[in-house]
Amino acid sequence: MKALCWYGKHDVRVEKVPDPKILNPHDAIVKITTSAICGSDLHLYDGLIPRLEKGDILGHEFMGEVVETGPEVKNLKAGDRVVVPFTISCGQCFFCQRGMWSLCDNTNPSARESEMVTGYVCSGLYGYSHVYGGYAGGQAQYARVPFANVGPIKIPDGIPDEKAIFLSDIFPTGYMAAENCDIKPGDTIAVWGCGPVGQFAIRSAFLLGAERVIAIDDVPERLEMAKEGGADAVAADGDEVFETLKEMTGGMGPDGCIDAVGMEAHGFTLDARLDRFKQAMKLSMDRPTVLRQALRSCRKGGTVSVPGVYAGFLDKIPFGLVVAKALTIRTGQTHVQRYLKPLLQKIQNNEIDPSFVITHRLTLENAPLGYKAFLKKADKCVKVVLKPHALQQSE
Amino acid sequence: MKRPRRVASLVKGGRGVSCQKTIVVNRPVQEVFSFWRHLENLPKFMKNVQSVSSNGGNITHWIVKIDSTTVEWDAETIEARANEVLSWQSLPAAEVDSAGSIWFRPAPGNRGTVVKVALKYAPVGGKATVKIAKLFGKDANAIMEDDLLRFKSLIETGEIPTTEGQPHGKR
Repeated sequence: MKALCWYGKHDVRVEKVPDPKILNPHDAIVKITTSAICGSDLHLYDGLIPRLEKGDILGHEFMGEVVETGPEVKNLKAGDRVVVPFTISCGQCFFCQRGMWSLCDNTNPSARESEMVTGYVCSGLYGYSHVYGGYAGGQAQYARVPFANVGPIKIPDGIPDEKAIFLSDIFPTGYMAAENCDIKPGDTIAVWGCGPVGQFAIRSAFLLGAERVIAIDDVPERLEMAKEGGADAVAADGDEVFETLKEMTGGMGPDGCIDAVGMEAHGFTLDARLDRFKQAMKLSMDRPTVLRQALRSCRKGGTVSVPGVYAGFLDKIPFGLVVAKALTIRTGQTHVQRYLKPLLQKIQNNEIDPSFVITHRLTLENAPLGYKAFLKKADKCVKVVLKPHALQQSE
Repeated sequence: MKRPRRVASLVKGGRGVSCQKTIVVNRPVQEVFSFWRHLENLPKFMKNVQSVSSNGGNITHWIVKIDSTTVEWDAETIEARANEVLSWQSLPAAEVDSAGSIWFRPAPGNRGTVVKVALKYAPVGGKATVKIAKLFGKDANAIMEDDLLRFKSLIETGEIPTTEGQPHGKR
């Protein structure tokens, strides 16, 4: 089959690789009909996430048709259309049974390595660092889906791929980010980053009853998309964001602040430039400009929710503010399985059509171009979906 | 739960390596005990243990592979209190002086079973000495941790997670 493989910073290639096989009794093989490039794939593309190996198949947002099942998979059969959550979960451990699916004890083959990095074992993920198990990903024609009895959700025929695919990650991720803000009637939620996760956080905040959502970004077309979702737009331009948010909320500050940017914040302030230098010199893995701004801007007693990916030790986090203002910080990899059914229901009820975020549709062969465009935000790129079995058009 | 017996005392002198680790598994204590009671199950999750066979009584025959060297010995189960403790010790003539104890107790709040494992190995001499020293030397704790994490996955889910055999591009 063909698959997109990682070879280093800004070097991904479509290669011919062997087809995946059933390796364990709870495995299934899925023929991928639609896949996508995630913002967190760009951290891999930028070479900022440790423990990737040359030749690793990337991609953790995918859906398709079940073609084969292992002997212990009772809930799926060949021909079923499924979306696969990016977190691999066993369903049997302490964490899965309490709904904390991304903290699963049992799906990470690099368990001890994960334990050395984080102190405890975290769940396996597709197409990511080998600290998360190094499972082959879904920017490919086929994928092996371990613990298929727990993860994949069947999609009714009436729902096209483009409405369903984002159940794999960014819709639940944006939704959990908003849910983590514990939204009450009348609340104002500020969202930093209007990439795909930010867009879903904005719409989810409204679905959860927010009165007002303020979207912050420096890319005009992304702010435009946020406005279409009902948000008020604020152009990110350094320290003024805090003043602007304070003014917009009558001096109170937003009730919930969502950092949907993470470790590669652009930022225009002095601390942002210092972070960029440290990251370039490999002195630090993260540039937490947005997190600092969110902690400062959030109202007293509010919640800062962090769906953005951070990888290491963050520098100069104003933790004193967290104490002084009694802030709540909530974060984590998304417990995707928790949200699959309720969010599929919202799609079926036409409360949301997740395909609004798609700006680019490419063949798998053109995926490297998709990475480039997404990274540079070229051609107004917000979200790239891939069609792994589409025929390559002759140039 | 009784005070754990010191496993070190089961191996002569102060030689060899011992390691100890505790893990909680989300399964009832009866099931966990009965899994370990059949030492034949150990090769399912202990990477270096090729086989453990029982004579039907208290004697088990162990075959352990280290790189390309195979070491074998006989051991006797010296203590088996249902759902509490299990201990074994190699017989006097063994090439490897080894002993192990496992203690079981219910975790609070129906969280499964707390399993505490202590193992000790001491090569007696001969061809196995160097290999055993290498395997059960600096790596002993790491190997045991890996093995116990695999045990947990196996008993909780029925399988051990793996990526061995999955596709990738040229390395």
